[in-house]
Amino acid sequence: MQSKMKESDPILEVENLSASTENLPILKGVSFTVYPGEIHAIMGRNGCGKSTLSKIIAGHPSYNITNGDIKFLGENINSLEPEERSQSGIFLGFQYPIEIPGVSNLEFLRVSTNARRKFLNKEELDTFDFEELVKEKLEIVKMDHAFLSRSVNQGFSGGEKKRNEILQMALLEPKIAILDETDSGLDIDALRIVASGIKKITNAHTGIILITHYQRLLDEIKPNYVHVMSDGKIIKTGQSDLALELEEKGYEWTDNFIKET
Amino acid sequence: MVNENLVKDVVKEPYKYGFVTDIETEKIEKGLNEDIIKLISQKKEEPKFLLDFRLKAFKKWQKMKEPDWAALGYKKIDYQDIIYYSAPKQKEKISSLDEVDPKLLETFDKLGIPLTEQKKLTNVAVDAVFDSVSIATTFREELAEHGVIFCSISEAVKNHADLIEKYLGTVVPASDNYFAALNSAVFSDGSFVYIPKGVTCPMDLSSYFRINSGDSGQFERTLIIAEESSSVSYLEGCTAPMFDTNTLHAAVVELIALDDASIKYSTVQNWYAGDEEGIGGIFNFVTKRGKCLGKRSKISWSQVETGSAITWKYPSCLLLGEESVGEFYSVALTNNLQQADTGTKMIHIGPKTKSTIISKGISAGNSKNSYRGLVKMGTKATGSRNYSQCDSMLIGDQASANTFPYIKSQQPNSEIEHEASTCRISEDQLFYLQSRGIEFEEAVSMMVSGFCRDVFNQLPMEFAAEADKLLALKLEGSVG
Repeated sequence: MQSKMKESDPILEVENLSASTENLPILKGVSFTVYPGEIHAIMGRNGCGKSTLSKIIAGHPSYNITNGDIKFLGENINSLEPEERSQSGIFLGFQYPIEIPGVSNLEFLRVSTNARRKFLNKEELDTFDFEELVKEKLEIVKMDHAFLSRSVNQGFSGGEKKRNEILQMALLEPKIAILDETDSGLDIDALRIVASGIKKITNAHTGIILITHYQRLLDEIKPNYVHVMSDGKIIKTGQSDLALELEEKGYEWTDNFIKET
Repeated sequence: MVNENLVKDVVKEPYKYGFVTDIETEKIEKGLNEDIIKLISQKKEEPKFLLDFRLKAFKKWQKMKEPDWAALGYKKIDYQDIIYYSAPKQKEKISSLDEVDPKLLETFDKLGIPLTEQKKLTNVAVDAVFDSVSIATTFREELAEHGVIFCSISEAVKNHADLIEKYLGTVVPASDNYFAALNSAVFSDGSFVYIPKGVTCPMDLSSYFRINSGDSGQFERTLIIAEESSSVSYLEGCTAPMFDTNTLHAAVVELIALDDASIKYSTVQNWYAGDEEGIGGIFNFVTKRGKCLGKRSKISWSQVETGSAITWKYPSCLLLGEESVGEFYSVALTNNLQQADTGTKMIHIGPKTKSTIISKGISAGNSKNSYRGLVKMGTKATGSRNYSQCDSMLIGDQASANTFPYIKSQQPNSEIEHEASTCRISEDQLFYLQSRGIEFEEAVSMMVSGFCRDVFNQLPMEFAAEADKLLALKLEGSVG
C-alpha cells in the first residue's frame, strides 16, 4: 500500500513559474505536474515559450527564475546546476543538438553515462564494458556503430542528431525526459524509429514531456495531457483529443482562450 | 553572462612547479661584454674554435637590433642586467649520479623526472639541465652500445669536438637573428645527440630544462644529428620557479637529418607564465630549426606551449633533400596576460618536398595568441606540396587571436593549401555537455582537448597523456 502511495508521488511539479532573460519576461506563471507513467504534450506557436520552459527545467544559465518553483521528486531544484539535474534524472532532448568538434561521441556518451551512474551509486564503466552497453542501446535507435567514432553531432544529418539524442536518453535512463521538437526534421521512417525508441526507454515509473507542433508524433506516442501555451502561459489543458482539435482548427482557435482568460 | 565569469574562473592556472631549490650557486657578475664571454668559455674549458665562434657572434649581436615585428608588447630587456652563467656548486668531476647533490636530484624528483638508477624513467633517457649546466644524463651506457651519443653539449665539445665544429651553427647561423646571435655568444649548456648510420634509437631521448635562479638567463643550445637511415624521437620539457621579475630564456636548437633519416622533436613548454596581473614570468625567445639535408629525410616538430609570459618561437624546416618532409604540430594555450607569437617556417628548396602545418591556438583571459607562419617554395621545388591548417579558439571575450600566414612561391609547379578557422567555446556547447551530467570544468577541458586532438595524436604516447593533463590543469580552477 505504502509503495503504491510512493509511486503516485509526482516526478515533476512546475508551480507558477515565471522566468526572464536579459530582463525580458518569457514565462509568466506556468503550472503543471507530471506523475509517473504520464505523457504530457506541450504545444503552441513559435515563440510562445515552450522551448524556454524546457531549457529552464534543465537549468540553462541564460534564464533567471523570477517567481515560482520547479520541484523534482519533491525537492526544489531552482538553483541546481544543469549537470546536477541531469545526474539526478532529468533529460532534455535538444531541438537543435549541439556539435562539439574533436570530442568523440563514444567518449562523450561514456563520460555522461558514468556521471549518471555515479549519482545512482552504480559502478562506473570502463571503455570495454561501456562498448557492450552502448551496442545494446544502439539497437533501440537503429544507429550504426560508426556514429560512435565521430565527433559529437558533427556532420550528422538532422535525423541522425535526433537519434543520437534518444541514444543518450536510453543510456541515461532518466526519470523524466523533456523532448523538445524531437520530431522536427524527421521523415516518417525515422519518426517511427524515434517514437518506438522513446516507448522502449520509458515505463510506468518515468514521465515524458513532448514539445511539438505536430500531431504525427502524438499519433505514435499518445499523450495523457495536452497543454497549449501562448505568451508564456498555459492557456488550455486537455486530453489527447485537444491536440487533434488543434490540428484541425489551428492556433488561431486558441486565441479565443486568451480572451476568455 | 554567468558562464563567462565561470569560464574565467576555470582557466585560472595553479602553477605547481613554482618552487625554488635552495642551493649554493656559482654565478658570474651581471652584464655582457667580451670578457664575460671569455670567462664562460674558460669555465667550460673550450677549444679555441668555439671561443672564436662566440666572439664573432657577439660582434654580430652588437650590430643587430632587437626584432619588433612580432605582435608582442613587453618592457625593454636590459641585457646588462642579466647574469649569463649560473651553476649549482658541486664537485669538479662527477663520475656517477651518486655524487650529484641530493638537492638537485630531489628537485628533478619533484618535477617528475627522477634521475637515480633506482627510480629513473624506463625507456626514456634524460638529460637534466639546471640553470646553465647539465646535471646528469641517464642511460648513457645502454645508448652507447648502439653507438648513440647522448650527452650535454659541453661534454660533446670536449669529447666530440669534430662533430661540433662540423655542424654547430650550420642550421641556425649566429647572424640568423638577434636572439640566435645572443645565444651563440653566451650559450652555456644543452643537449647533444648523435645517431649513427642505420640506427633506430632504442628509446626516446629527452631533455628537461629547469631555470632556478631569478636573475640569470638560460641560454641552452641543442644539436641533434641523425645520420643516414637513422631515426630518433626527442622530447623536451621546461619549468621555472615563480619570480616577480622576468627571466630571459633564449635557446637555439639545430637538427640535421641526412638521407632517409627522421627526427621527431616534441616540446612541452611550461615555463612560469607570470601571475594574473602579468607580473613575472619567462621571456621565451627561441630559434628552432631543422635541416632536411638528405633525400627522403623527415623532421617533425610538435609543441605544446602553455607557459612563459612571452613566447617567440618558430620551429622551422629547411627542406633541401629531394622528397624530404617537414611537419609542424602546435598547441599554444595562453591565459591571463600571456602573449604568444608562434608558428613555423617551411622552406621548400628541393624538389618533391612536402610539409604539413597544424596549429591550434587557445586564448583565454586577456591573453594574445598569434600564429605566424611562412611557407616558401623555391625555384627548384617542383612538385612540392604544403598543407596548413591554423585554428584558434577563444575562451571569454577579452582574449585575442591572430593568424599571419606568409606564402611565397617561386615555383608554379607546386601546391600550397591554407585553411584557418576561429571558434569560441559557446554557452550552448557548455550547456549541452552540462545537461548530460558533465561538470563545467570537465566540459571546458573536454572541448579544449577535442580542439587539440589532431596535434595530440602526433605526440609520443606518454607525452600526449601529459599534455592532456597539463591543459586540464591549466584549465582547472575555482568553480564551486
